[in-house]
Amino acid sequence: MTLLVSLSDVTKTYGDVTAVAGVGLDLHAGESLALVGHNGAGKTTLVKLILGLIAPTTGKVSVLGRDPATAGAAELRRALGFLPENVAFHGAMSGRELLAFFARLKRCPRQDLQDLLARVGLADAGDRRVSTYSKGMRQRLGLAQALIGAPDLLLFDEPTSGLDPASRSHFYDTIDSLRRGGATIVISTHALAEIEGHADRIAVMHGGHLIALGPVGELRAAAGLPLRLRFTVVPCSTGRLLERFGDAVEVFERSDRMLEVGCRPEAKAALLRGLGELWDLIEDVTLETPGLPAIYSKLIEREDTP
Amino acid sequence: MRAALVIAGQEVRVGLRNRWIVATTLLLAALALSLTLLGSAPTGTVAADPLAVVVVSLSSLTIFLLPLIALLLSFDAVVGEQERGTLILLLAYPVARWEVVVGKFLGHAAILAIATMAGYGCAAAALLLRDGIGDADWAAFAAMIGSSILLGAAFLALGGLASVLVRERATAAGIAVAVWLVFVLLYDTALLGLLVADQGRIVSAAVLDVLLLLNPADAYRLFNLTGSDAVSVYAGMAGPAESALAPALLVTALVAWVVVPLALATAIFSRRQL
Repeated sequence: MTLLVSLSDVTKTYGDVTAVAGVGLDLHAGESLALVGHNGAGKTTLVKLILGLIAPTTGKVSVLGRDPATAGAAELRRALGFLPENVAFHGAMSGRELLAFFARLKRCPRQDLQDLLARVGLADAGDRRVSTYSKGMRQRLGLAQALIGAPDLLLFDEPTSGLDPASRSHFYDTIDSLRRGGATIVISTHALAEIEGHADRIAVMHGGHLIALGPVGELRAAAGLPLRLRFTVVPCSTGRLLERFGDAVEVFERSDRMLEVGCRPEAKAALLRGLGELWDLIEDVTLETPGLPAIYSKLIEREDTP
Repeated sequence: MRAALVIAGQEVRVGLRNRWIVATTLLLAALALSLTLLGSAPTGTVAADPLAVVVVSLSSLTIFLLPLIALLLSFDAVVGEQERGTLILLLAYPVARWEVVVGKFLGHAAILAIATMAGYGCAAAALLLRDGIGDADWAAFAAMIGSSILLGAAFLALGGLASVLVRERATAAGIAVAVWLVFVLLYDTALLGLLVADQGRIVSAAVLDVLLLLNPADAYRLFNLTGSDAVSVYAGMAGPAESALAPALLVTALVAWVVVPLALATAIFSRRQL
């Protein structure tokens, strides 16, 4: 696979403030990466470093084999598409005029713009002034400009912040279709619950450091969080279940007809098999694997514990 | 340079859309026409040279108005984009920082040139219809329009410099107002005060010439009021008041007032942390 982005031991400081500290990261063609973290964790700085808008204080950034922050690397940005956080446009111009302007800057043909407007759901609003657009429509226009010229690498910075659920869902539909088409995508976000399932790998940023990097499954294992099993049982039978489970579980909640326990992921199969004849006592069972928000909280908590 | 021209084109489009070009053209045309048609009283009906009077009146007006319009156009060129949040997106395109500064400047200069040529052109057309104009007068009028655009460009460059020096639009606006006050209103008064106090001891004619070149408004004034014999008579600049500053030198000074602030703005913006 082609290496598109490579960061090695990258640090960026602004005066006394360290925005990014010793980050190393590789991104290959066709991969999608979610950069997650609190506000101020260093996500936007990392995106700006990849775009070459700022140069690292120490370390090396390489995009498509070149240093993006050098004066001659402006051309490199023809191969990049970027959607900034809270994207803004000149309100006096129409969506189509703005896309034409950006296409001219990228030296891309302008006949594809109608397709692009249609792709983001703005086919009928292209000739309206942007000042009349809703936030969701401006964000879609932002997405359309990022897609001009089918860039090798797409960077989205907090793409869904402030959007209503329908606009968010539309955005992720577009992301998924881009992923199916083989696009390489970096999404910086703190909408943890949303991003799960829309990225191949997750990079967790905290205080400028990259504290975890990998697919959600790997991060889940690294966080060591228990699976939650919730049983609805016939009256007065929770005790029998607990007797059978023994030390394999931790009890979270217990009542006459309900039992919620946690178990280690690797112990799950044995636990369920061991229920044997007790299945007759169980009316319902649900199994909940810890989601990205819980994994993230655990990883951050571990990092903050001295 | 290609991206700079694309940005310049976009500035002109925005200028057309938000009525900047129309408003400026109408303002300049209204003032030029009223000066041309109503301001001919001093020359009377026997005046041989109505256009020379118009050049004097219009250039005096231009000194106040065009720098103001230019500064209003350019003071938020970069800082305004930054405050609106549109700068980061623009810089994520294949655009060098200097192309942003130069592109904005070229676009604003085109807006100013269109408005000046159309606005002052109305005055020339009115005169042509009424009196007919000689060839020499045309040359003085054309030089006035050309130098007016150059004066505007100098203040566009100064406004552009203000827009990269600060991080808030309001501060850039304050700097633009100060630039206008200093160069257009206060500089000459201070110079006059200096000359009176000095009584010719330190400020020789040569020093005075240099001091005049250090203000683009003065370079413009001297260029137009001493530009031709006919004009200098009406401007009260003929005979003993003649300056040693040749028109070519005055134009060079105006060009320098465009190039130096623009180069400084480019250098500062290129080093800016985003």
